[in-house]
Formats: sequence, structure tokens, C-alpha cells
Amino acid sequence: MKLFLKIWRQLNASSKGEMVNYEIDGISEQMSFLEMLDLLNESLIQLGERVIEFDHDCREGICGQCGIMINGRAHGPLKHTTTCQLHMRSFKDGDTIYIEPFRAAAFPILRDLKINRKSFDAIITSGGYINAGTGQAPEANSIPITYEQSEAAFDTAACIGCGACVATCKNSSAALFTSAKVTHLSLLPQGQLEASKRVIAMVRQMDAEGFGSCSNTEACEVECPQDISVLSIAKMNYEYNKAVLLKK
Amino acid sequence: MKKIDSKIPEGPLADKWNNYKAKAKLVNPANRNKLSVIVVGTGLAGSSCAASLAEQGYNIKSFCFQDSPRRAHSVAAQGGVNASKNYKNDGDSTFRMFYDTIKGGDFRSREANVYRLAECSASLIDHAVAQGVPFAREYGGYLNNRSFGGVQVSRTFYARGQTGQQLLLGAYQSLLRQVNTGKVTMHTRHEMVELVVIDGKAKGIIARNLETGTLERHEADAVVLATGGYGKVYYLSTLAMGCNGSAIWRAHKKGAYMAGVSWIQFHPTCLPQHGENQSKLTLMSESLRNDGRIWVSKKVGDDRLPNSIPEEERDYYLERRYPAFGNLAPRDISSRAAKERIDAGFGAGAMKNAVYLDFSKAIIAQGVDKIKAKYSNLFSMYEKINGIDAYKEPMLISPAAHFTMGGLWVDYELMTTIPGLFALGEANFSDHGANRLGANSLLQACVDGYFIAPYTIPNYLSGELKTDKITTDHPAFAEAEIAARRQLDRFLNTKGKFSADYFHKKTGKLLYEKCGLSRSKENLEEAIISLKLLKESFEKDLLITGDDTLNSELEKAGRVADYIELAELMCHDALQREESCGAHFREEYQTTEGEAVRNDSDFCYVSAWEWKGAQQPPELYKEPLTFESVELAVRSYK
Amino acid sequence: MKNTLNNKLIMASTGLFLCFFLVIHLLGNLQLLLPEDVAREQFNWYSHMLSGNLLIKIISWILYASLIGHAVYALIIAVKNNTANGKSYQYDKRNFASAWNSRNMGILGTILLLFLIVHFKDYWYTYKFTALPVDANGNKDLYEIVVSSFSQAWYVIIYEISFLALGFHLLHGFFSASRTLGLYHPKYAKAVKIIGWFYSIAITGGFMAIPLYIYFK
Repeated sequence: MKLFLKIWRQLNASSKGEMVNYEIDGISEQMSFLEMLDLLNESLIQLGERVIEFDHDCREGICGQCGIMINGRAHGPLKHTTTCQLHMRSFKDGDTIYIEPFRAAAFPILRDLKINRKSFDAIITSGGYINAGTGQAPEANSIPITYEQSEAAFDTAACIGCGACVATCKNSSAALFTSAKVTHLSLLPQGQLEASKRVIAMVRQMDAEGFGSCSNTEACEVECPQDISVLSIAKMNYEYNKAVLLKK
Repeated sequence: MKKIDSKIPEGPLADKWNNYKAKAKLVNPANRNKLSVIVVGTGLAGSSCAASLAEQGYNIKSFCFQDSPRRAHSVAAQGGVNASKNYKNDGDSTFRMFYDTIKGGDFRSREANVYRLAECSASLIDHAVAQGVPFAREYGGYLNNRSFGGVQVSRTFYARGQTGQQLLLGAYQSLLRQVNTGKVTMHTRHEMVELVVIDGKAKGIIARNLETGTLERHEADAVVLATGGYGKVYYLSTLAMGCNGSAIWRAHKKGAYMAGVSWIQFHPTCLPQHGENQSKLTLMSESLRNDGRIWVSKKVGDDRLPNSIPEEERDYYLERRYPAFGNLAPRDISSRAAKERIDAGFGAGAMKNAVYLDFSKAIIAQGVDKIKAKYSNLFSMYEKINGIDAYKEPMLISPAAHFTMGGLWVDYELMTTIPGLFALGEANFSDHGANRLGANSLLQACVDGYFIAPYTIPNYLSGELKTDKITTDHPAFAEAEIAARRQLDRFLNTKGKFSADYFHKKTGKLLYEKCGLSRSKENLEEAIISLKLLKESFEKDLLITGDDTLNSELEKAGRVADYIELAELMCHDALQREESCGAHFREEYQTTEGEAVRNDSDFCYVSAWEWKGAQQPPELYKEPLTFESVELAVRSYK
Repeated sequence: MKNTLNNKLIMASTGLFLCFFLVIHLLGNLQLLLPEDVAREQFNWYSHMLSGNLLIKIISWILYASLIGHAVYALIIAVKNNTANGKSYQYDKRNFASAWNSRNMGILGTILLLFLIVHFKDYWYTYKFTALPVDANGNKDLYEIVVSSFSQAWYVIIYEISFLALGFHLLHGFFSASRTLGLYHPKYAKAVKIIGWFYSIAITGGFMAIPLYIYFK
């Protein structure tokens, strides 16, 4: 099939950037979206032009490195799907596709479709862990965790940190990302002891990074490749409110 | 023949690691602050090692090429992690696990290393649980297990189909916890381009900042490479696009030996190639083989749809050839059997390059709900990629390059032949011998990083306290930086006509054909010549657009340059090893039924190769493998 | 401590108070649906009662504070969110992933604010600060003013539109507030969503019925 692409090109964080038109032919349905971009880049190389920079790595939906706004939606037209798992059968011959980077003040653009998501790491750095040093662990089965607890913790621990939640949020809020980690750890007995300290530190860092506030539109849940429930945001709020109320 | 010292500690097998730990030199806590370590790679091995050393008080500089340490390819491991906890009371023990692993590796790994791997496995589960890794549980709250290919006990711990992700997030969180304490400085989007060796010791690296393109000098008292495997050398593989062998290859060119280079595991259950523009082959968890039956048509070039091929015209070749293990035969054997059928013209799918993985019998026997409960995420992944509902139609699968048992040669301390340079995880030639068992790679990466390196690296560092501090002004840094700069300039200035991917695909295709699932003297010799030609072509025909700032094509060029050289070493290694063992199958050495023939009297050693320059063939060193606790047996799964 | 979660807590608590007030307000206003004589007497008495009682006074001060707080914090949050968004998308179809009203609480709120200005001017201000004729019991005859204003079609239309805006605002606001307060249990979250629907429909329907009833009577 033949496609018309409108792709965001921007040299660096401070330059202006614009949509540039491209045409590409010979795309088959089985190709993945990123393979289509590979092919476009190959043709740009032959023309001696700079390639379109985009982030990607595992191409199987788990590393969280890819993330493009495709036709105005985070990771493209499918729900719960990463950009790398989107295939060209979702498009048809003659389509025009708008391709932009994830946008948020806390995700500055590096070049073209590549963005900087260090703000996510900073949120985890502020407290998104259990303080368990190597060598300190007790025997694994000495901490029984019910099947349900463990499964619920897994549901939020599955977050791949792609940033689609921020990109699709009208407020560029990182509530789903932050709450996924808060919820994962607060649901487990190992994580209980530090739950209050953790949630306050992480919420503070989330704000310091310049993310907006959550207004519960639930768009993040729709685009989340791991289908993480917005109820984890409520859980984070609960943990936060409890921590603030009970703070000495 | 020169000898290499693997530094195996004294004593009976079960006491070796304790003996080592009892005698290893320590660094006073007050002095640890004066020592620094560079850790390249933030996968399971890298993150866990960086975090554990930082916890002890050393200063760590951590590097990864991804935008966050959480994205390293350990994240993609699906199935699980082995540990001999014996929670199922089914006869597991450290020795049993050791034996399974050494047998699975076709007796081509070191007894002492493998035993240590099994010995430390239980602690890993304890540690991961303490970090908050949500392993699967039973209703009573205790940890659950499942069984995996090649063993007869249930020792695989898992977190749905995302065990690697969950373990990596545990390690990543521990790493960032140390970033918070200030003991680790994190350098994301940085790629190591040169190793700096001063007075024979690894003392630093040159890293390229991938955001700006600038070359940076970083010094340390020891350097750890935990950069994963080089299976992406085949271009089409289950690995991430960015996975590369550059860090270890550049260390190799600075004097570190490479071992078991041609031992590459092909995973039998991957999605087949569908076209020329494909970039990767997605892995489908091996667990599917518990319920899926593998078959091809009995007719050559059968164009019928799978559901219209009647039962009696289907060849369930694994069940036919290996009745004892059937569809659960180990990976190397299943992959080879698939290739045999495909090469004989029985392949399925549009490109006739796949076999069927059929769940219809399991669905009839167990009901579709049961199958959904076990594999729904895999079935939906399959549908996302192929648009086919595998509940109604068999999956198409084919083998793909997956894991490299080979890597940098390391001694018992995980130190390479360059003092102060350590290699962890898949980057070293490791404990898997010639074939890795499922769910052992996560284990090895974690055990290396959490429980081995934190003892062996301080043992080395204790000697570095007394040596003079080196700064990045040392001429060796300047020299390494200039070499790196020169290479980058060469890539940009070649102005040929083909992209880096073009050469990468060529290398991969060549390797799949000549040094893939099966090898022969003739093919390998041809491949070596072809690779030399390809290298020449690469040097004059490469076309890189853009400049020396942020430029993904420039990154690729460096990796592909290394792949072409590495591929040649792989062929040398495969050519020299005139036997079939594990993943290494030489067509000349097989039984009349097509089974591998190992040659213990001539090849019971690890091949370690030294780089002798681009114009010279590599030089081989042999580390003899001695087996005191197990008897060398023929691996049979019939 | 100033942060996004605290800001949202203020929005939630003021919002929920306003929700509570709406119930009281609607119950009072339903008196307008009684037969004319009874309605006039009772509604005027009720209005008088509301302006005299100390407890009611305190509540009304909380009400004013809530209204202002809700609006001011909405503005603060909106400004912050706008900064957080950075550059906007060239082609934006994100609306696919969420409900229209949840994305446009600001617009709905602005409509309500404009409505409140009109509403306060025409009733609250008129009642408090102008001389009005009195009814048989000597209470100011607010009933007359209400009835006469709702005899004008354009006035009814303004009210009906505003109530629709209110309905959509409540529909999202009620459950959003419960989220902010931390109601995370799936079972209760679902219950709150159902209660929210009932509440929003009842309040909106009730308020919408009154002008129409008066107009068509």
C-alpha cells in the first residue's frame, strides 16, 4: 500500500520543529509500524538525508522505549498496544498518517520523535523501591502473600514506563505511572513499612518534574499497553492522604 | 599452546565457593569510598552488580545506551527463573540442579561455576521477594513453581509471562535507590566505545554520549561489562534492536579472550520471518510447548490451509523422533528438528519457513478456558502480530537466534584475561556450556551480579588501593579517544551507497546459512571468506547520513563493524570444533539418525580466542574441562 | 505542602460540599412545584428562614468559600496543567480515549460560574439588598420574582442550558472527587459510580423541572 506521512522533525530541544510530508509505497500489511519507519529511513539514507530519529528497542511491547503519537493517539489507533506492536494492517492504502512525538513539558524532545523520559526515573529514584540490600533477605516463604495480593500487585508492577499515560493525558499527568509503583509496593507486606514515606516522596518528585495533575479522565488506562487500572491512582491518593493525615 | 588459569578454588565441589569466600581479600569500609567501579549495562547482571557494590560503599558509574536503565533486554525474558528451593518436595537439590545444567550444556561448562550457580539460586529468590518481585503464589500464600524443558523437577519461579521484567524492575529499583544515596551516578544514552587499559589493567572507558555525540572519558579502579549477548549478529533474532556485542568486542580487541563464541541458542518457538523488511523475530514462550503439538505436513510444499490437512497426513516429528520428551525436547534439539523438516521442503506458511504449533488437541481435552487462562497473553500477542486467532488455527513458529552461550572468557572470579575487567551475565561465556536450559539465563545474570561479583570484585579492588590513582589525563585515555573519534569520522566520511542495516542483514543472512543451526567445514570456510569480503565492502561502501551528534545510524555503524568481525570469529570457533555439542551441530559429526556426536576425547575444553589484529587469524587457547563429580554421558531425549 | 494532590483534595472537598448543598437547595426549590398558594407561602417562609438562622449563616459562609475556592483552585490547576502540557499536538485525537465531560470540566465550570453570577444577581442580591413586596405572612415575596422571571422563555433556556452543564459537571465531579479522596476498592468504586449517576440525574432533573413547570403552568 501507499501512504502519506506527516512526520514531526525537530533538530533539538530548543529548535522549533515542523511537520514534514513524506510518501512511502510498497508497504505490506504484515509489516510493523516501526518497520515501515525503517523503510522510510532507508529511503532517506539513499537520498543522503538525515534519518528520522525515533526510540525503539525490544519491538515486542515490553521494554517501553518506543512511543509515538500516531494519528493523534498515543501508540496509535489500537488500545493497550505499544507502537512496536502496531502493524500496518491497521491502516489502508492511501491513508495519511500523522506522526508526532509524545509531548509534555516533562518529556523534552531530543530530536524528531525521540524524547527524554528521565523524569520517570527521577520519580522512582525518589523512593520507588523497597529498602532491601543484597544479603538482608529472609527466606522467601517466610513472607506469605496471598494469591490475590500477589496478582493485584503484579497488575500494577507490569508498568513498562513508556509514558503513553502522560502523552494521552490532557494535563500531562504522571499519576498512572507513579501510582502503579506506589500501588505495587504498598500492596505487598514487604513494602508496607515504608509506604508513607515512599508515597510522599514520590508525589513530591512527580510534581517537581513538572507533570500536571490528574483529573480522572481515565484516558491513560485506555492507552496503557499493560492495561493498568486507574484505580491504582485512587490507591495512591488513599496512601497519600493517609500518610499526610497520620504524619507526626 | 599457552595455558589460561581459571582459578578454581581448592576443595570438594560443594565447598569451593565457601572456601573462596573465606579467603577472598576484603576492603575496609572506610576505604571503599576511595574506590570506583564502572558498570556498563543495566540489565539484570549490570543493575544488580552496580547496586550491590554501591550498597557496600564503592562509587559506581553505571552506563546504558537506552533512555532508562529499566529497558535493558532482560526485561523481555518471559518464562521464569530456576532455583533449587525444593518447595515442591520433588527431589530437587543443589546437586540435582547442577547436574541438569551441566548435562543440558552438553558437558561443555566448568563444574565449579555451575555448582556455584545452583548453590546461589535459592538466595536469589529470597532477595527478589524482599525487593517486592510479585512471583506467582499458591492460594495459601507460598511461592509457586512450574517445570521447564530439559528437567524433571518443578523449580521454575515465575511472574506470569513477564518474569524478566519483574526481576529487572527489582534490580532497577535497587539501582535507583543507590542513585538516590549518591553512590551511583547514572549515565543513560551512553555507549561504551573503547576500553582503556593502563599497565595491563582495565582502568576506564571512553563512552559516547548518544544525545550529543560527544566522547567522554571515565576512569575507575575496575570495569564491569554486563552488556548482554550478541545474538543480534544474526540481524533477525529475538533480541532488542539495540542489543549489541560492541562492548565485549572492543574489550576483546584490547586483549580479553572470547570463549565458546559460536555457541548460539536458537529458540524453537519464535514467529517466522514474513518478509525482507522484517526487523525482528518475536519470541513466544517455550511454555506453549507444554500444551501445543508441533507438526508439519507429510507432503512436500503442501499449500493447503493447516485445518484442511487431515490428521493422518500430519507429521508430528518431535513426537516421532523423541518419544520420551516429545514436544518438550530441549531447545537445541527442537530447533534443529524444525530446521531439518523446513530444509527438506515440508515447511509451512507463505515463505515455507515455519512449522505448526497446534493447540486443537489441548483445547478439546482441557477446554478453551483452561488454555486461555494459561496462555491468553501469548495468544493475543500472536493475534496482534499476525492477525490470526490461534484458538482456531495452529500457530506458525520457527527457530530464531536467541541466546549466546559464548562471550568473554572469564575465570572463576568472572574476571577476563585483562586484570580489572569483569564480565557478567550473558556477556561472559558463562555457565551454560554449549546449550542453555530454559529459565537459567535470568538466574545466571542475577547470581553473577548479586552474589558473585560483590565478592570477587572487592578481592581485586583490595589490591588497587595501593596503586597510584589514574586520571583521565593519562595518555591512554587520549589514545583511546582518538581511536574512537577516528572510527566515527571514517563512518561519516565513507559516503558509499549502503546503509549500516544493509550490511547487518547481509551478515545475519550469511550466518544463518553457514553458521546457524547446523554448520559444516565447507560452509564455514566459505563464510570466513565471504565475511572478509563483506568487511572490505563495508569499509568502502558504507553510507551514513547526518552528523556526529545524535545519530542512530552512526550508532548502528559501530555495532555492525563489530558484528562483521565477531561473525568471523564465530566461524573460526565453529570450524575448529570438530564435534557436535549442544547448540553447535557440525553436519560431519552426526549419527545416521541425525543426532549429534560429541567428541569428549578431543574437544572436552573451552576454546578461548585471542585477537591478533585484523589481518591475522585469532589464536586459540584451550581451557581443559575436568569432570570430577559427574560422568560424561550421551545426552539422549529419545 | 503545596502539590498537585493537595490541590485536588481542595477541589474534591469543596466540590463535595457543593454537591451536598445542591441537595438542600433542590429540596427547598421543590416547594415551587406545590399549588400556587401553598407554594408562595412556604417558599417565602423558607427563604426568610435561610437568611436569619446563625447555623445557616455559617453554612452559607462555607458555601461562598467553597464556591470561590473551587473556582480559584480550578484556575490554579488549569494554569499548572497548561504549563505541564508544553507544546500542543499538531493533530490531536486523544478525545477518543475519554469522556467529553471529563475533559471539559473547566468549560462546564465556567458556564456554571457565569450562571451563578446571573443567578446571584437576580435572586440573592435582589432578595438581600433591594426592597421587595411582602406576602401575607410578611415575608419578602421571592416567589413572585421567581415565577415572573421563569415566565420568560429566554430566561428558562439559560437556566436549562446551565443545568445541563451542571449535570455533566456533577457526573464527572462526583466520582472524580471520590477518586481523589482515595476510594480505590473496585466494588465500592463501582457503587460510587452508580450513586453518582443517580445523584447527577436526580439533581439535574429536579432543577430542570422547576423552570419548565413554572413556564408551562
